[in-house]
Amino acid sequence: MHEMSLTESVVRILEGEAARHGFSRVKLVRLEIGELSHVDPESILFCFGAVAGRSPLTSGAEMKIVRAPGQAHCLDCGDTVPLADRLAPCPRCGGARLVITGGEEMRVKEMEVE
Amino acid sequence: MCTVCGCDTPHHHPGHDHGHDHHDDHHDHGSSRMIQVERDILAHNDGHAARNRAVFAERGILALNLVSSPGSGKTTLLCRTVEALKARMPVAVIEGDQQTSFDAERIRATGAPAFQINTGKGCHLDAHMIESALARLRPEEDSVLFIENVGNLVCPAAFDLGEAAKVAILSVTEGEDKPLKYPHMFQAASLMVLNKTDLLPHLDFDVDACVAHARRVNPSITVLMLSARTGDGLDPWLEWIAERRRHTLAHRAESLEAKLAAVRATMDSSG
Repeated sequence: MHEMSLTESVVRILEGEAARHGFSRVKLVRLEIGELSHVDPESILFCFGAVAGRSPLTSGAEMKIVRAPGQAHCLDCGDTVPLADRLAPCPRCGGARLVITGGEEMRVKEMEVE
Repeated sequence: MCTVCGCDTPHHHPGHDHGHDHHDDHHDHGSSRMIQVERDILAHNDGHAARNRAVFAERGILALNLVSSPGSGKTTLLCRTVEALKARMPVAVIEGDQQTSFDAERIRATGAPAFQINTGKGCHLDAHMIESALARLRPEEDSVLFIENVGNLVCPAAFDLGEAAKVAILSVTEGEDKPLKYPHMFQAASLMVLNKTDLLPHLDFDVDACVAHARRVNPSITVLMLSARTGDGLDPWLEWIAERRRHTLAHRAESLEAKLAAVRATMDSSG
């Protein structure tokens, strides 16, 4: 399950930030996960629950996930369109040739620390 | 300096100057603070991937990341490919599996150098594993490096290894709907190889539907059909590799010529 690797990457980022900013505990971490990204937010939350307790830095930390909307460029009508499903047709012209331009983000946005 | 709490560390307070809702955040001033991070979760992997890509460019190595479900015939295709290419160009292989070195042994039997990575519980190769493997395997300059990923149509899609292209191998025994079921993988791939075509007469596999599904998730994907077992259709695949390698070599030649010109210019100006 690659969500576990990704969650460990999140913790690695938090450790790096702790060294940089000099804090000892993360109370809240907020991620941005695009609607079209290849991770399941529920799995990330589950994995974070399993991983967070391993370190005093993240023990007891809460994770919140913000979804970034999907967006694509349609090769048929040339428009930039919202897209909630990777396999959906263009909502403007019904075309199937879409190049995804947004919604694949996987970022650590911000955190509350002490 | 922050006008809310007066500290000098870049950070952020909920409740103003941004779009989304923070009313549910506790913000106990003095003991806790918000810090803006804005870091890509894959940044660590992507950093290693960028280093691998620089090594490949510098040394003229064409790296191909072969992805598929288990049992698609990746290793059989690789053995056959190595046999066909080894007289024409240097070839090396990195094998990824959770356990065993069976695949690396199969490759070495063809005479090509191979390095086995065992991921243990891991479901994919990452760029750091490849960086370590490169230090051990040391593929020749101007060679083709095949990286056989862990058999899995989900997780390897997320991890850039620094390769020139991902090649998705799909066998016709798996069903034509796989590109729709695992769209991330087929979207990340430059080429889809439909393998085991010798079995088509015995199956209901709809080739046209499969290609249409692949193009639906990735309009620019190239599709080749072959049978690694019989060798039928192997030549277009070998030509696809040779063409990609010509690009890699052309880039390297350009960069070496630029370096040479810079050294000549330095030599002339110092004369």
